[in-house]
Amino acid sequence: MSDVAITQNPALIEVNPPLVRAPDLHAVTDQISTIVEGDVLKTPMKYWIVLSFTGSVTLLLGAMLTYLVSTGIGVWGNNKPIGWAWDITNFVFWIGIGHAGTLISAILFLFRQKWRTSINRSAEAMTLFAVMCAGIFPLFHTGRPWRAYWLFPVPNTDITMWQNFRSPLIWDVFAVSTYFTVSLLFWYTGLVPDLATLRDRAIPKVKQWVFGILSLGWRGSARHWRNYEAAYLILAGISTPLVLSVHSVVSFDFATSVIPGWHTTIFPPYFVAGAIFSGFACVMTLLLIARWTLNLQNLITMKHLENMNKIILVTGSIVGYAYACEFFIAWFSGNIYERFTFWNRAFGPYWWAAWSMYTCNVFIPQLYWFKKLRTNLWVMFVISITTNIGMWFERFVIIATSLTRDFLPTSWGFFHPTWVDMCTFAGTIGLFLTLFLIFARFLPMIAISEVKGVLAHEKRFFKGQKAPVEVLK
Amino acid sequence: MKLDPDQIREKLGIGADKVYGVIGEFDDPHELVHAGRKIREMGYTKLDAMTPFPVHGIDEALGIPYSKLGWIVIPVSLAGTTTAALLIWYVGAIQDKFVIGGKPLFDFTFSIPVMFELTILFTAFATFTGMWALNGLPRLYHPSLNYRNSHRASDDKFLLIIEADDPNFDPQKSAAHLRSVGAETVEVVEG
Repeated sequence: MSDVAITQNPALIEVNPPLVRAPDLHAVTDQISTIVEGDVLKTPMKYWIVLSFTGSVTLLLGAMLTYLVSTGIGVWGNNKPIGWAWDITNFVFWIGIGHAGTLISAILFLFRQKWRTSINRSAEAMTLFAVMCAGIFPLFHTGRPWRAYWLFPVPNTDITMWQNFRSPLIWDVFAVSTYFTVSLLFWYTGLVPDLATLRDRAIPKVKQWVFGILSLGWRGSARHWRNYEAAYLILAGISTPLVLSVHSVVSFDFATSVIPGWHTTIFPPYFVAGAIFSGFACVMTLLLIARWTLNLQNLITMKHLENMNKIILVTGSIVGYAYACEFFIAWFSGNIYERFTFWNRAFGPYWWAAWSMYTCNVFIPQLYWFKKLRTNLWVMFVISITTNIGMWFERFVIIATSLTRDFLPTSWGFFHPTWVDMCTFAGTIGLFLTLFLIFARFLPMIAISEVKGVLAHEKRFFKGQKAPVEVLK
Repeated sequence: MKLDPDQIREKLGIGADKVYGVIGEFDDPHELVHAGRKIREMGYTKLDAMTPFPVHGIDEALGIPYSKLGWIVIPVSLAGTTTAALLIWYVGAIQDKFVIGGKPLFDFTFSIPVMFELTILFTAFATFTGMWALNGLPRLYHPSLNYRNSHRASDDKFLLIIEADDPNFDPQKSAAHLRSVGAETVEVVEG
C-alpha cells in the first residue's frame, strides 16, 4: 500500500530518484559487457598511450627495487633516528586506500545500501591492487626479500628461530595477508555471475573458453543463488570486522611502542577512519575518470558520487577530531615529551607537512557541507586528489615527526628522501594504475548482476511513473 | 582438442532420448515468482529456476530450503581459532622459549590478533569452497544449458524448470501447466 502512495506522489520521486537509469535489463548487460568485449586491437589509442605511460612507471619501480636489492637498503634515505621513513609511510598509505573497497563491498552491503552496487566491483579491484603496492614496502624494507618466508611459521632449516608472536609486526603479517586473501575471494565470488554473462555472450572460441573456465559453470540456478547469497553474506560479515582489524593492527605497529606521538590509544579508530577517508577519495578519482571515459553516467549517477562525498566529509571530520584529541591529550597528559612532540609536529622543522595535512584532510573536505560543491564534478575531482595528498602527509607526519626529535637532543636528526625513495613511490603509483587500467579493460568494472537486481526492483517501484530526467553531465 | 557434444553425452551416459525437464521462459522476476508459486501448488516438487540475479521470493515459491553453508563454515572457523592458539603456544612456549621484552612465553592477550585473523582466513576459505561444493560447481556441462535460450538466463530472461525426476512430470502436461501460468515460450529439454 505504501508503495502505491509513494509512486503516486511525483514530489517524493524527485526527492528520491532512481539509482540507476537504463531502459531494461538487457541494456545494462549490453552497456557493461561491450566495454570488455570490444576487439583488443580496436581499443582507443588514448588507452594505449596511458597504459604505456603507467607501464613505463611500473618498469621504473622494477629498476628501483633491483637497484635496492643489489646495493642495499642504504639507497633509501632511512637513517638514525628515522628508521621508518617513506617506505612505512607508503605502506600505510596504500593499505589505507584499500580499505574503502572493503567498506563499500562489505559494510555497505550489511547496511543494505543499494547504491554500492554500481561502485563495489571497481572499489574491490582497487583494494587488491593497493594491497599489492603496500606489500612491496615492508617486503623490501626487510633488506632481504628472498627470506620473506621467515615471516610465516613454516618449518625451515635456515634459522633455528621462530616468529615472535608478541610483536605487532608479526600480527601485521597475518592481518595483511589475510586481508589480501579474503578480498581476493570476495571479489572473485562477486565476479562469477558476471563472467557467466560474458561467457554466454562470447563469440570468439578463445573467449568462450576463458570465460567458461573462469565462470566455473555458473548457470544462475535458484538453488545456487541461495547458497551464493549465504556465502556473500558470510564474506561480508567477516570482511567487516576484518577491515577494521587490519588498520587497527597497522596502528598497533606504532601504538605499542614507547615513542611520544605513537604511544596512544586513539590510534586504531583514528587509523581506520583515515583509511576509509583516503580510500573513498581514491575510488572517487578513479570512478570520475572511468565514468567520463566510458560514459557510465547512467549507472554511476550524481547520487552515488554525492553519497561518497558525504562519507568523505564524515570520515574527514572524524580524522579532524582525532587530530584535535591528540593535541588535547598531549597537553592534558602533563608529559613533557608528549607535549614537545606535538608542539614540534605543528611548529617544528616539519611544520609544512603538518599544515598540508590539516589543510587537505580537515579544512578542504568541509566544503562538502554545501550541496552545490559536493555535486560539482570538478570540485570533487580536485578534493579527491588533495585528500590523498593530505593522507600521505598524515602518515609521513606521524612517522617522521615522532622519530625526528625524541627524548635525547643528542640523537635528533632530520630525514631527507633520496631519488630512489621518490622513484619507488612513483613506481607503485604506476603499478596501481597499470593494474587498474588492465582490469577496467578486460573485466566488467560494474557488477552486472547486482545492478540488474537494483534496476528490477526500481522498475517495479516506479511502475507507471516516468523516470525523472536528470541532467547528465 | 575438439570436443564433440555427442561424444561427451555418451561418455557421461546421457543419451539424447533422455528428458531433463520442461523449461518455461518469463520476462519479469515477479511473474516468475507468481508462476513458481502456482506450479508448486499444482503438486510439483522438483523445481528450479535460472535467473540473471537472485530473485527474492523464488526460494519460498519453489520450496528451496535455506542454505546449509553456515553449518560447514562454523566448525572450520573454530578450527582456525584453535589452530592459531595452538600455533602461538607451540612456537612461543614449546619450540622457541625465548623471553622478549619480559613478556610471558604464551598468553591469551597477545594471541588475540593472530587468532582473529586466522579465524577470518579459515572462514573465508570454508565459505568460498563450501559454496561451490554445495552448488556442485565447477562443472563443464549441465542439461539445462541445452535449452535454446539458456544464454539469456544470465542476461534478461527468467526460466522456470520442472525437472523430469518429478513424480508428477509428464512432458506434454507439464508444458501445458507452464503455459497456463504465463510462460511465453515453453520447451522440453533433453538431458
